[in-house]
Amino acid sequence: MTRRRSPGQYGVLVALVVLALLVLAPMALVAMNAVKTPADYAAHGPLAWPRNPSLSGIVDFWHRADFGRKLLNSFVISLAVAVGGVVVSVLNAYALGIGKVRGRVAFLVAFLVANLVPQEGLVYPLYYLSKLVNLYDSQLAVIIIFTAIQSAFGTYLLSSVYAGFPTELLDAAAIDGAGRWRTLWRVVVPVSRPTLAVLFTFFFVWTWNEFLLPLVFLITNSHQTVPVALGVLQGQRMMDATTTSASALLGILPAVLFFLVFQRTLTRGIMAGSVK
Amino acid sequence: MSRSHRRAGYAIFLLPGAVLCTGVIAVPVLANVAASFTDWTGVGTPAWVGLRNYERLLGDDNFWASFSHIIALIVAMAVVPTLIGLVLAAVLFDYVSPRFGPRATSALRAGFYLPQVLPVAVTGIVWGWILHPDYGALNSVLGSAGLRSLARNWLGDPAYALYSVMVIMVWVQLGYPVVMFMAGLRRIDPELYEAADLDGAGWWQRFTRIAVPQIRPEIYVVLVTTTIAALKVFGQIFVLTRGGPGNATLVPSYFAYQNFFERANVGYGSAISTVLVVLIVALTFVFLRVQTRGGAA
Repeated sequence: MTRRRSPGQYGVLVALVVLALLVLAPMALVAMNAVKTPADYAAHGPLAWPRNPSLSGIVDFWHRADFGRKLLNSFVISLAVAVGGVVVSVLNAYALGIGKVRGRVAFLVAFLVANLVPQEGLVYPLYYLSKLVNLYDSQLAVIIIFTAIQSAFGTYLLSSVYAGFPTELLDAAAIDGAGRWRTLWRVVVPVSRPTLAVLFTFFFVWTWNEFLLPLVFLITNSHQTVPVALGVLQGQRMMDATTTSASALLGILPAVLFFLVFQRTLTRGIMAGSVK
Repeated sequence: MSRSHRRAGYAIFLLPGAVLCTGVIAVPVLANVAASFTDWTGVGTPAWVGLRNYERLLGDDNFWASFSHIIALIVAMAVVPTLIGLVLAAVLFDYVSPRFGPRATSALRAGFYLPQVLPVAVTGIVWGWILHPDYGALNSVLGSAGLRSLARNWLGDPAYALYSVMVIMVWVQLGYPVVMFMAGLRRIDPELYEAADLDGAGWWQRFTRIAVPQIRPEIYVVLVTTTIAALKVFGQIFVLTRGGPGNATLVPSYFAYQNFFERANVGYGSAISTVLVVLIVALTFVFLRVQTRGGAA
């Protein structure tokens, strides 16, 4: 596979590596300065290697922001939305893609349009509605809203996958006397598991990263997600350079962790996810 | 068993999704349109004012500023990343992958892609610090390189704020076209390249004559999705500049947010977001039309 390498090709490689390092530099800078003391930063600036690395800035910020709580909130919301979103998408797509219910095209167009509507066009009515039904400032409201939003996308994607579902498998299930629920649960879901895994991963990461709606809905500090808590604290402009870096690092780490864990699913799914 | 009976058995599966979508998306978006024809502070009864909010929009500098900044963001999020992404993906695919192996290739690709996975708010915090006029890394790099005169208040000076945001958005978006285009390049029939090699085509000719035309569907998808993403930018602006200084970096979604939640101009905010909704839905249908007609993808 590997052929001869000329100096010119090494030149291309070096140029790409330099560019990749430039892209990664902001994150490296954040990591470097997150472990400095404010005195070290003041004396040597942001580019110097940390003199006596300490985690105190990170620990301080962790306590100040009650970060463990924020991680748990983000995790619970994202997980609930990912599970709920996949379940609702599967049910919809089963009816539309395999069941081919009447009005299928109209439903698909409706889900496509629903998928396009920007959250800016929903935010105020949802805010008003949630106050009416006493769900304002609750994580349940955020979970319900994002389950609907993500499943609009999932339905659109999964319906086209299910439209090409092998009919032999469905016929075989029918001959065995399996009803609709049994066929869905025993045949359709297991066969489409790889696609569902991609959807699940995307729903989880997308929900984790969401900002506008959680910002509006979760005003009590202890209900907030990681991005909202970080964004709000940043907005108060009371943080020095090392604390800012520490907070940014705490925001970067879970995202990088998901990236490393889900890398395969994500790159496989980016093509699929590009409809969004 | 009649055909309609077979179909009827499936309708029930649609129920939860249809109810959710109606309650969370359809009803609110219609309510938003309705509110755009009213004068309303968010409490009490909305007063019907017809098209007055829309008339007011036409004469509002902030409205024109916010929507014209979308064009800058489309350049930064769709056009520039697509152009750079094309070259990077082709170089990775043609040079790095065959000569240095798949590991080097996927490591580089992951490096370019990493900014894409950060929550937008976190991107805002990272860059807000780097570009901070007093303790930011960029000005301090310039200072230690003896270029202190180039230091600026990157996000606080109306002359530079929008450009700074644009650079940040290029950084955020770059990895997406790289990954998409590399996947597209893998689809190309190697015989096309072999034929080109026999004809003595150089790399640039192969790139422009074969690679780019062959991955047109991917290029199209990237341009469409990133253009729509540019229309919806909110988080980075909220964290970095709050639309300022003045309205130098104002975008429609933050402009609507201000009217909804900071100024209690719910009717006016609804008009702004209605324009945004209509623009996005209309653009997507145009794109889909072009796509089915042009036979791309």
